[in-house]
Amino acid sequence: MAVYRRNYRPYSGTLTPPWSRFLVLFRYSRRNLFRSKIQTGFFVLCFFYPLACLVMIYLAHSASFLAKLGLPSQLISIDNMFFFRYMSVQGALAFLMTAFAGPGLISPDLANGALPLYFCRPFSRAEYVLGKSSVLGILLSQITWVPGVILFTIQASFAGTTWTWDNLWIAGSLVVGSLIWIAILSLLAMALSAWVKWRIVAGASLLALMFFGAGFAQAINAVMHTDSGHFVDVAYLTAAVWIGLFKVDAENSITAFPALIALLVYCSICLWLLMRKVRAYEVIR
Amino acid sequence: MTQPGAPVSESENPPTGAPSVPLIELKGLTVRFGNRDILFNLTASLRGRAIGLLGPNGAGKSTLINTLLGFYKPISGSARVFGQDITNNLRNIRSLVGYMPENDAFISKMNAVSFVQMMGELSGLPSKVALERAHEALFYVGLAEARYRQLGTYSLGMKQLAKLAQAIVHAPKLLILDEPTNGLDPSARQRMVRMIREIRDSKEMRIVLCSHLLRDVEDTCDEVLILKQGQIAHYSNLDEERRANKRFVELEIYGANGDFTAAIEKMGCECAVTANRIKMVLADGIETRDIFRIAAEQQVRIRRLNFRRDTLEDIFLKAMES
Repeated sequence: MAVYRRNYRPYSGTLTPPWSRFLVLFRYSRRNLFRSKIQTGFFVLCFFYPLACLVMIYLAHSASFLAKLGLPSQLISIDNMFFFRYMSVQGALAFLMTAFAGPGLISPDLANGALPLYFCRPFSRAEYVLGKSSVLGILLSQITWVPGVILFTIQASFAGTTWTWDNLWIAGSLVVGSLIWIAILSLLAMALSAWVKWRIVAGASLLALMFFGAGFAQAINAVMHTDSGHFVDVAYLTAAVWIGLFKVDAENSITAFPALIALLVYCSICLWLLMRKVRAYEVIR
Repeated sequence: MTQPGAPVSESENPPTGAPSVPLIELKGLTVRFGNRDILFNLTASLRGRAIGLLGPNGAGKSTLINTLLGFYKPISGSARVFGQDITNNLRNIRSLVGYMPENDAFISKMNAVSFVQMMGELSGLPSKVALERAHEALFYVGLAEARYRQLGTYSLGMKQLAKLAQAIVHAPKLLILDEPTNGLDPSARQRMVRMIREIRDSKEMRIVLCSHLLRDVEDTCDEVLILKQGQIAHYSNLDEERRANKRFVELEIYGANGDFTAAIEKMGCECAVTANRIKMVLADGIETRDIFRIAAEQQVRIRRLNFRRDTLEDIFLKAMES
């Protein structure tokens, strides 16, 4: 064991660049997150469906293998619908992951009064939010668009240049669709955890917001004989954007653009709520 | 010394050997929450090595500290720390400051080493340096044995020490301590005060100590700003006070005092005699050794010699009454 002298020593060495300080928060928060075995287990579980998709892509290009199994060679079609389904499954897993991991990011800092310790340093509130949200951002990217793009690349390598050029927009849709979902989930989770403070309640609130949001939307539609109720349903709005992005033939009463605008409004509200709470001391007027 | 509410001028009682740039400079600083002025028109220039902020609960001590750290925006006036304006150079100021808040402030599911290391890294220390200094800081404050325990399991006194460790890990130039002895038992309080004195005497850091405990401030500070209802009630340079108070001497003697008193008065000192007790104000240039010399010449035995001294409590009570 190292032996340290009991004295105080000034420091005159170099400092890290200010722009990189938010990564400190990212590193520590991520390390803290993966201390939970359930969290780690669920994270691993999130890669099962992409693995299944990988097998499907392989099978789709192995006509002889399908023939041996007595299956038609056109059984699996790798197209926009395939990737839309992939997004739907991984998006749902991302939501569950957020409900589990998101509330623990900010609420402990607020509950234990740690915010003044962050903000008395050369570290701003924006950097704090960036550091915390980057944990969710990178975690959710790892289970949504990153495996999606890898799958697309593998499919492209099997299918050839013509298919790749014709379907390159699918890769863009994977990235953009995922980023929109990640942004709304991260901001919702962090805003809820900042206001609720109690981690379990914050997680439950996120689940409730999604499920009750859908129920509330149906109730508004039924009572007012309108489709505008869907604007309170974040999952429905995201689905509307994805349907537009993946050019899928599916019935949806809201088109992609208004849905996107509504999601941006939700993001702005979450950010505003977050910035109201994320401060060193709350001023009671 | 100042009258309540009056600005403290730079020329008034500058501490001996004080640096040219004031540590904290306030010019008409006013902070308002809602319709209430929490700090009103504070003007002061503080240069001491250890500055005490005193005042009853709700006087505005913590608000002043939080304003200096940029947590609250002043509605008028300005404040400078190390000559840098808090509105324009907040990031620079924060990089020079270590802050120990009054309330519980920690991350419960983290051990002390990781906590202090993270705080060091957030202040700009490279990861390895921060780890090394985290160990050093925890050894320094006396948490060496408990440094791998989760902070949530710490006692109140240990949490205070952990807060002190995170405040000094990045080697700040100014250490701001908000009620550092709050909730500590007498021995823990003594340890904390001793440590603050050590930090002060190391001359690596200057200290602002905010407390409502007069003894803590008296034991550690050389300059005191007393706040009352958001205004400056009194400014005092304790070093100067201590020196000035040394001019008042109370003697108890054995032997005839007539010639002795006359000899003392001949040197310009004022004396008041009651039986074998003499109260005197020493003239400039007269030291206690001169009194002993005259006593020896007059064959008078000095049985007791006391310097009459205003305690900080006296100063504080006068400020509160005014």
